[in-house]
Amino acid sequence: MGALNSLPDEPQYVGLAEKTGFSFEQIGILHKRFKQLSNNGETLRREDFNTIPDLLCNPIRSEIIEAFFDRRNFRQTDAVGTVHEIGFGEFLLVMSHFRPPSIRLDDEQKEVIRTEKLRFLFNMHDTDNDGTITLEEYRHVVEELLSRSGALGKETAKGIADAAMLEVASISMGHMEPDEFYEGITFEHFNKLLKEFEVESRMNIRFMNMDTTTLCK
Amino acid sequence: SSGVFSGLVLSYLWSRRFYIIYIYNKYWWSLHRTGFHLIPRLSSIVPESCLLITVGLLVGGLIKLAGEKVPPVLDSKLFFLCLLPPIILDAGYFLPIRPFMENLGTILMFAVVGTLWNAFFVGGLLYAVCQMQSAPSDLLNLELLPCLLFGSVVSAVDPVAVLAVFEEIHINELLHILVFGESLLNDAVTVVLYHLFDEYSSVGTVTVVDAVLGVLCFLVVAVGGVLVGAIYGILAAFTSRFTSHTRVIEPLFVFVYSYMAYLSAEMFHLSGIMALIACGAVMRPYVEANISHKSHTTIKYFLKMWSSVSETLIFIFLGVATVDGDHSWNWTFVTVTVILCLVARIIGVVGLTFIINKFRIVKLTTKDQFIIAYGGLRGAIAFSLGYLLDNDRYPMRRMFLTAIITVVFFTVFVQGMTIKPLVELLAVKKKQEAKRSINEEIHTQFLDHLLTGIEDICGHYGHHHWKDKLNRFNKKYIKKCLIAGERSREPQLIAFYHKMEMKQAIELVESGGGVKLPPSVPSTVSMQNIQPKKPPPVERALPQIPKGREDEIRKILRGNLQKTRQRLRSYNRHTLVADPFEDGWSDLLLKKSKMIELEKKITEMNNYLTVPAAPPDSPTITRARLSSGGRETDLKAAESPVLTPCPPPDPQTYQMKQMSDSVPTIQVDLASPQSPDSLSLLDELQRADQRRELRRRPPPDEEEGGLMMRPPQARGGDQGEEGGPSAKEQRLQRCLSDPGPSAEDDEDEPFLS
Repeated sequence: MGALNSLPDEPQYVGLAEKTGFSFEQIGILHKRFKQLSNNGETLRREDFNTIPDLLCNPIRSEIIEAFFDRRNFRQTDAVGTVHEIGFGEFLLVMSHFRPPSIRLDDEQKEVIRTEKLRFLFNMHDTDNDGTITLEEYRHVVEELLSRSGALGKETAKGIADAAMLEVASISMGHMEPDEFYEGITFEHFNKLLKEFEVESRMNIRFMNMDTTTLCK
Repeated sequence: SSGVFSGLVLSYLWSRRFYIIYIYNKYWWSLHRTGFHLIPRLSSIVPESCLLITVGLLVGGLIKLAGEKVPPVLDSKLFFLCLLPPIILDAGYFLPIRPFMENLGTILMFAVVGTLWNAFFVGGLLYAVCQMQSAPSDLLNLELLPCLLFGSVVSAVDPVAVLAVFEEIHINELLHILVFGESLLNDAVTVVLYHLFDEYSSVGTVTVVDAVLGVLCFLVVAVGGVLVGAIYGILAAFTSRFTSHTRVIEPLFVFVYSYMAYLSAEMFHLSGIMALIACGAVMRPYVEANISHKSHTTIKYFLKMWSSVSETLIFIFLGVATVDGDHSWNWTFVTVTVILCLVARIIGVVGLTFIINKFRIVKLTTKDQFIIAYGGLRGAIAFSLGYLLDNDRYPMRRMFLTAIITVVFFTVFVQGMTIKPLVELLAVKKKQEAKRSINEEIHTQFLDHLLTGIEDICGHYGHHHWKDKLNRFNKKYIKKCLIAGERSREPQLIAFYHKMEMKQAIELVESGGGVKLPPSVPSTVSMQNIQPKKPPPVERALPQIPKGREDEIRKILRGNLQKTRQRLRSYNRHTLVADPFEDGWSDLLLKKSKMIELEKKITEMNNYLTVPAAPPDSPTITRARLSSGGRETDLKAAESPVLTPCPPPDPQTYQMKQMSDSVPTIQVDLASPQSPDSLSLLDELQRADQRRELRRRPPPDEEEGGLMMRPPQARGGDQGEEGGPSAKEQRLQRCLSDPGPSAEDDEDEPFLS
């Protein structure tokens, strides 16, 4: 690497920078990483993520990888379904969900960013793309979180997921007749649930100081 | 009267301080207790620290009027060895680790760089001002190094004062931890600067080598203090692992180890405060996992009590020392000091924030900066350090002390009183009183893992990556060493869940029996609203269980039940018990297990016979359903045709069911790896039993009470039978209202051994 080829695809970067909000430097660094993961190829596949050793210990590994291939995260309106391989543009789009909001935003823009980040989280839970998080999906999430606790985890996961779902239903619906059925957590309910969660300040990665050349894969 | 009594007792022990302690008690109890609280307006305007200082002033004045010699109460030895440690330990033990660690960089910047800046700015400019004085002033004699020493003493933000004032204004967590963390961590800087300038002023000159040595010294003091504290913390955690048979002295270990950490650090001239903080913070997660609930409560209340008493004493003695003190008032010196302190603080905070904001994700706004600057209160530590100065080496000592007291008074009174209205005026974000919910906990953990994963994908070894590595290391090695038994493997989510259930259970118990506790979120939503409706099961033939196998099954089930009881017992004695109900608790636990089984049977009975099956209830769901309110409606809905004619069941029964449903221990036991099998067997047998039960009411089994485990009769094809509704009703009535006399007999069993 040298100063000469630091920004190989400048015009392309301009477009990406506009769409995602990253700076040229950050895009360059992420591009390097993308090339590293895809073995200098143009596209990334699910298997390529398996080459990251640290990721293997992560309990929600599969959800994270799925999120990269989920069309709903590509900022195209009304796109659903998954793809098998992604290019650098999509990689960057998914990453842009974790960009910290700049300090000079007004409340409205902050709200937009917050909704975006919450939407990303919601999509990670809602695996069947039906717009709601059902009890089964929620259970799956809790099970994954407790996946390293063996059989004890499975039973308690059910209990925890049930209690959590009950809480969501109580907060969102208030009153339900005994024979009514709560279909699942919709995005509005999810929003209401995590109102105090301050997701816009917590769901961020520092993209500033990354230098991938010094790090192993 | 009790105040007077305690005052007298104390006074016997401290004969020299007899008079003042007596008067303090008398005044403190009467003024503080009656006056302060009978005049609520006063307490909302004036922070308690101000009032205490005023009381001290009054007491000192009284003593002087009485002609007695005021004993040197704010003796530095007394202060640093007895009065300060409890406050710091309380702060360190209950330090909110997560926000502290997340903001550690910022806190360190303020504590180290900020204090250095303050010390040099104040000291240097003071010297300059002194040099500019005209000839007859004594100030001209003041050298640079004593000025710097004075600057370092007066510039340290005081944890006691900050705690006292910030406690009452309830600002948001971030600002609180920033100012408070700074006040704790700047002790290392203060200690080093103090000793350095003290030594150098005797030498007279400072070289570059000395400056470098100073920096090294600081690192040693700070890191050494933390290490000493951490070592003692780990020792305390390790000790607590083995205290399961001597629960009574568990709190003692916590206090003794912490105090020893403090003393050891002070002995080697390391930072005692940092040692104490490190000790408390390190030992807490492990100790809390090991000790009993009662010990935990004891520790909490003792710490709060001691720190409260210490704080009160410190402020009162400060007042007394002011009145009595040997003062030398110099208008120039004092006013310049006060002004310089303020200016230095403001410039320091603004400048540092500018730099810090480049590295923070959540930037500090101007409002935040103002509060941080305004919250830099000085207190008794500065005074005690000044008191320690040697009178021979520092002829200006009295002037220093006067100036320090003035600064302390100014910050505590002026800044302390006005910060609350300013917070309101500026609409600073307040502390969120929201309770942590299970959903938040789930998502916090989810987010942690998500961010770690994204960092790994980016190939960036950031904040989350290292945090995750530390957590895994902690889980794999450290927890195994320091936490006893099963709890070392309990994941945090489960621990949180159990804690919440325990809280709920205690709330229910405390709310008294029979009264339905309104759920935190009033709603009629219950478990069945979220359970997906399953189609009615196809009628299936009950499997025949051969006789030999059936004995085997009985043995397994009985064995499991005994294990359950044993585990219940161990949980009772060692971990989570609601206080006044300790002995009754285990009764409740057992009764609860019986009731759950009974409830299951009732549901199964209905499922089996006529009503389309509700999904088989796990104890959680039963509990959640029953605790979410709308209890009677739920039961009615599930078993509607049958229960309606039932007379209102015995409230005693329902009370037990209500309370016992929220107990977590049963849940864990039944969810043990063995249980899924045993439960399904139990189901089978129960269903078979219920069929038989319809035919005749079996005499209660002496051994097993409400759990009627009987071999099914060899009658196939008996499904779909409907006993007359009246028979069913009667059964149900009896089941619901009569836990079975044998159930009581059972309870004696585990407790006889």
